[in-house]
Amino acid sequence: MLDFLNTFISGISLGSIYAIIALGYTMVYGIAKMLNFAHGDVIMVGGYLVYTGMISWGFNPLLAILFAMVGCTILGILTERIAYKPLRGATSNLAVLITAIGMSYFLQNISLQIFTANPKSFTSVVKWEGISLADGQLKIQGVTIITILTGAVILLALQLFINKTKAGQAMLAVSEDKGAATLMGIDVNKTISLTFAIGSGLAAIAGALLCSAYPVLTPYTGAMPGIKAFVAAVLGGIGSIPGAMIGGLLLGVAESLSKRFISTQLADAIVFTILIIVLLVRPTGLMGRKLQEKV
Amino acid sequence: MSMLEVKDLEVNYGMIKAIKGVSFHVEAGEIVALIGANGAGKTTILHTISGLIPAAAGSIVFEGNDVRRIPGYKLTGLGMAHVPEGRRVFAEMTVLQNLRLGAYTRKDSAETEETLEMIYQHFPRLKERRSQLAGTLSGGEQQMLAMGRALMSKPTMILMDEPSMGLSPLLVKEVFSIIEFCHSQGITILLVEQNARMALNIADRAYVLEVGKISMEGKANELLESEAIKKAYLGG
Repeated sequence: MLDFLNTFISGISLGSIYAIIALGYTMVYGIAKMLNFAHGDVIMVGGYLVYTGMISWGFNPLLAILFAMVGCTILGILTERIAYKPLRGATSNLAVLITAIGMSYFLQNISLQIFTANPKSFTSVVKWEGISLADGQLKIQGVTIITILTGAVILLALQLFINKTKAGQAMLAVSEDKGAATLMGIDVNKTISLTFAIGSGLAAIAGALLCSAYPVLTPYTGAMPGIKAFVAAVLGGIGSIPGAMIGGLLLGVAESLSKRFISTQLADAIVFTILIIVLLVRPTGLMGRKLQEKV
Repeated sequence: MSMLEVKDLEVNYGMIKAIKGVSFHVEAGEIVALIGANGAGKTTILHTISGLIPAAAGSIVFEGNDVRRIPGYKLTGLGMAHVPEGRRVFAEMTVLQNLRLGAYTRKDSAETEETLEMIYQHFPRLKERRSQLAGTLSGGEQQMLAMGRALMSKPTMILMDEPSMGLSPLLVKEVFSIIEFCHSQGITILLVEQNARMALNIADRAYVLEVGKISMEGKANELLESEAIKKAYLGG
């Protein structure tokens, strides 16, 4: 029982990381209607920025994360401006999709050039040891607790931002109908930039947490979590913020439990099987709404 | 100077010339109707005026501003509102959120609240349903929401695109009385309609559009009497 609980909690923690990454995917998809496959690599860049800040420049962890967030936000805005915006309104969505894949390799290669392929061993941004329950039989690491809390705070903050601020409402409007949003006086390009900024800033946080839990950093660190988070976003219903959160948590728990109780090798296969089954039953994902159009 | 002056406007859809040199003007305080059959280019003209699609040639001047040089989203702040064809309310947002988005460009929140109260007074249905998702409203309610949303920006001019489309005769009457209410608030109106009789009944002047060109223009009441118009647009 304790074993199960332990695995479950670490699954929630891993799931929170997936969820934070998935939020970036889902927001960009909802608002710019594109799949930003380079999003996973922004996490990796975030990891390197935190590493550089902490190890090379001796920043304290919080300052290092802040530095990484600023860096990733700028990276996100620039990527969108330079690579994706010129293709917006192009006849085929494939053009921007392929560009995003290209951007993913571009970020990996640049990081290879700068940081080399040698894995960097990451020091956790969380110094707290954690808590020990049931006479020491149930140990929960500090980074696990902090990760779960961070995920919850981000979800709440994002919901508040979307529902209570003008910029958040503009995002919702743009995600539904760009033309009608323009008629309201909303600058669609600025709104899309803001979405990339938020998604990339969150990716930096995800990078710091991911590397703290799994402390090996290479230029390919972001690739697999990126794909998993994309699966989480689709599972939850792409475009939906609570969906990304639920999809992420579900995926993290499923992965941890499969690894512990079924098979380490099969864990990813099981995760993708879950995705396929959910999509067969609910093609729009768990929280995805079916759009009804009224004429 | 006219409030809106369109000169020799040409608009292309890819290789197709949709608008082939259209000129018209709207004076402050007028209701001007643009009538014509399906596919004549009425909606295209409105979309071009709002900056949603680019013009190929010609000029559009709104209150002294060269519309072709301004990004579309800035026109709302200059006093132009647009009630688009098919209403295009934000279906997954509430009625109140839709209305507030209408006031997106306004800064003074006290004044905005006043406008909201005024709209609630004239559209009690919208007040009743303010926390309902706009997508759950009936077609007529959605049309009212789209009009209320346009009023929220406190416009000097509203472009209305087929406000009566798909509505029952009773609702069409209601929609037209709303247009007259907007007009009574001092708002200038450019109305695009297939329902030529209703449009000509409330308009001061009208232009008749035929495949991308203006074929006739004049005072609305005179056009109502014109044999050619009766035959082509008024059903006998």
